[in-house]
Amino acid sequence: MKLRIPAFIIVLLSAFVLFSCGGETDEATDDQIEESFEVYTPKAEIGPEGIGPIKEAMILGPIDNALAIQGDTIFTNLCTSCHKMEKRHVGPALNGVLERHSPAWIMNMILNPEQMVKEDPVAKELFAEYLSPMANQNLTEDEARAVLEYFRKFAEENPTK
Amino acid sequence: MKTLKIFAVALAATVLISSCGDSGQSNNKKSNSGALNNSSAAEAVYVAPGEHDEFYEFFSGGFSGQVSVVGLPSGRLFRRIPVFSVDAEKGYGFDEESKAMLQTSHGFVPWDDSHHPKLSQTNGEIDGRWLFINGNNTPRLARIDLTTFETAEILEIPNSAGNHSSPYLTMNTEYLVAGTRFSVPIPQKDVSINTYKENFHGALSFISVDPEHGDMDIAFQIVMPGFDYDLASSGKGPSHGWTFFTTYNTEKGNTMKEATASQNDKDFIAAINWKKAEEYVAAGKFEEWDCSYAHNKVDEKTHIASTEMRNKVKVLKAADCPGMIYFLPTPKSPHGVDVNTTGEYIIGCGKLNADLTVHSFEKMLAAIAAEDYETIVDGIPVLKYESVVDGVVKSGGLGPLHTEFDGRGNAYTSFFISSEVVKWKLGTYEVLDRVPCYYSIGHLSIPGGGSMKPWGKYLVAMNKITKDRYLPTGPELAHSAQLFDISGDKMKLLLDFPTDGEPHYAQGCPAELIKPNSKKFFKLSENEHPYAIMSEEDARVERDGNQVHVYMSCIRSHFAPDNIEGIKVGDQVYFHVTNLEQDWDTPHGFAMMGANTSELLIMPGVTKTLYWEPKEEGVIPFYCTDFCSALHQEMQGYARVSAKGSSTELKWWLGED
Repeated sequence: MKLRIPAFIIVLLSAFVLFSCGGETDEATDDQIEESFEVYTPKAEIGPEGIGPIKEAMILGPIDNALAIQGDTIFTNLCTSCHKMEKRHVGPALNGVLERHSPAWIMNMILNPEQMVKEDPVAKELFAEYLSPMANQNLTEDEARAVLEYFRKFAEENPTK
Repeated sequence: MKTLKIFAVALAATVLISSCGDSGQSNNKKSNSGALNNSSAAEAVYVAPGEHDEFYEFFSGGFSGQVSVVGLPSGRLFRRIPVFSVDAEKGYGFDEESKAMLQTSHGFVPWDDSHHPKLSQTNGEIDGRWLFINGNNTPRLARIDLTTFETAEILEIPNSAGNHSSPYLTMNTEYLVAGTRFSVPIPQKDVSINTYKENFHGALSFISVDPEHGDMDIAFQIVMPGFDYDLASSGKGPSHGWTFFTTYNTEKGNTMKEATASQNDKDFIAAINWKKAEEYVAAGKFEEWDCSYAHNKVDEKTHIASTEMRNKVKVLKAADCPGMIYFLPTPKSPHGVDVNTTGEYIIGCGKLNADLTVHSFEKMLAAIAAEDYETIVDGIPVLKYESVVDGVVKSGGLGPLHTEFDGRGNAYTSFFISSEVVKWKLGTYEVLDRVPCYYSIGHLSIPGGGSMKPWGKYLVAMNKITKDRYLPTGPELAHSAQLFDISGDKMKLLLDFPTDGEPHYAQGCPAELIKPNSKKFFKLSENEHPYAIMSEEDARVERDGNQVHVYMSCIRSHFAPDNIEGIKVGDQVYFHVTNLEQDWDTPHGFAMMGANTSELLIMPGVTKTLYWEPKEEGVIPFYCTDFCSALHQEMQGYARVSAKGSSTELKWWLGED
């Protein structure tokens, strides 16, 4: 957040300098300014996989217990500050998360949260509800996969109604 | 009357600033803003929103003791790196982890005067690994890691008194040098100041740098005559193995130096053959002297600085080491000495002179071989001026200070008294161009300056006087830098920008040499701080006598624990706060009401410790100081303080479970 303020001031100052000049050069510089801003264009429709490194639906085999144990450790260290399994905390309770979202969507939410909360309609709604941004804890794809396995294992052992 | 005049000046200035290029050209009087054409100059320094500058430029802070990181060509300030002075904004020198960085043989020194930033080099080219800078007042050298932009190491220099001619490193960063500005009794003793001539000497130190980790170590010191050693430059290419120091006060005056140190027509450039010095050290020709100096270093795994006091240094004396030192006579109290990119020329800037003196390294070697000596001073041969000088630049300027090069055979010298930069040609010594500076330029910088490969596109003038260049801010004004385009035949002024403290030098390089290595966060799994916690589950409070250690974590946007009870008046409380975030630009702050220290500013993956002595009973709030999320204002907690000897149970919690 704090980084954006100086940029804003520079835009203002630059605009002042450029617009305060008369003559032919104005139009050219106006164009340059417009080009330098990213124009927002809605992306193509976002599917149930969400948006991120996982592009296609994931096919999951039987639960891998060893992987789920790894995932438990990663989840405890990097995620439990904000997520509990059985109750709402900073973020949503995560038991049953696989009933609400696809495996690929969960992976993308872990791996690419900034873009997800901006562009994925479901993630956007969640952000609006919880307000605290989903932190990017920079898990590798393998680590995120282990966390996903932990969610599956947990759900198997603690079935929701 | 006076008010009216000022108003008129202000009005004129406003017209000048808001007018555009064409009107500036039509009226020469207005063009003393310096820029040839305002709109084309603006275009040349315009970095569009979201775009990056082409160069990093590191400015010393002078009496701020710090380093500032600026982009070129925009002149935008990105960061101020605390080095020799405490910085409450970052907790530097206040948190328990960084206090040791400012330890010296004199105890904790919270300030210094930082002078000459120098980037590490490999094969004479800037490699973007480390930035070294000298502290002038309490002699020290610092190493800044350019992956973190944090000060990683500070080494005190014993037997020195004013570490001015420093660091001026060698072409493979084999050595940093540290020459003393003040000669003093070595070792220090209680003598009359009027015994200067017999009791005072100057030390030139050579500090080795570990090629892999950058660790600094004093390899040896050379005890020199009692002159003032001003600036330095290390040889390169053919002159690799030599370092050159300017001297003044060769008169050895000890009072009213303003006059006494300016008697001699010529002072000296001291040429030190450090490869020869290495041979003498290897042959055991040194004495080991007792002294005391601090070596402070940050552990990369714990992020904790620690101090090691050292007490020996190897000393070489000129008289015992023939062939190690020669003096090159140079008029008149020379300030800058600069070896050009090819290593052939040694340029001396006699600051009380109009001309520049250019010595030839080849001629110097020939004069040494022929023992072409003018005289011998304190056992050191003085080479004949006529035998070593290659040319003189008759510039017409006054007060030359410092020279840099564009790599195309041109040199650029700052002139303090006549307030200008003069461009001249190496070898022919003809003046090619000159531009005025606003006002009174000290040093100048071309990115890559001092190395064998400068990027001769821009030149930055660091001016000593600001006066009316910006909106006034009372008696004290920011020092002013000016950016020139030097890519063509004529230098063009592009931009004025204010700087932090008083930059005595700046060095830069293309952003690409540093930017890809810039760290985004510290891996939590590699954090070996003894009080770090890896997850919120481990958050706890432990009592050990009257010491209370809070193992706290933080993440957007809460502390764990955020309620603590059982702290007593008179306890010594340590808040060890680990930032559990693992993403770029996610620091958290931590501030405790009434604590006699600064906030903590905790980078992701790092643990920092705030010390607090509660003095009164009550419930004291703490909070996050660095805006972190929409719920930042909720990122707060309470510590309950009970009476000394009360039975309040030690407990802590976060949330309702």
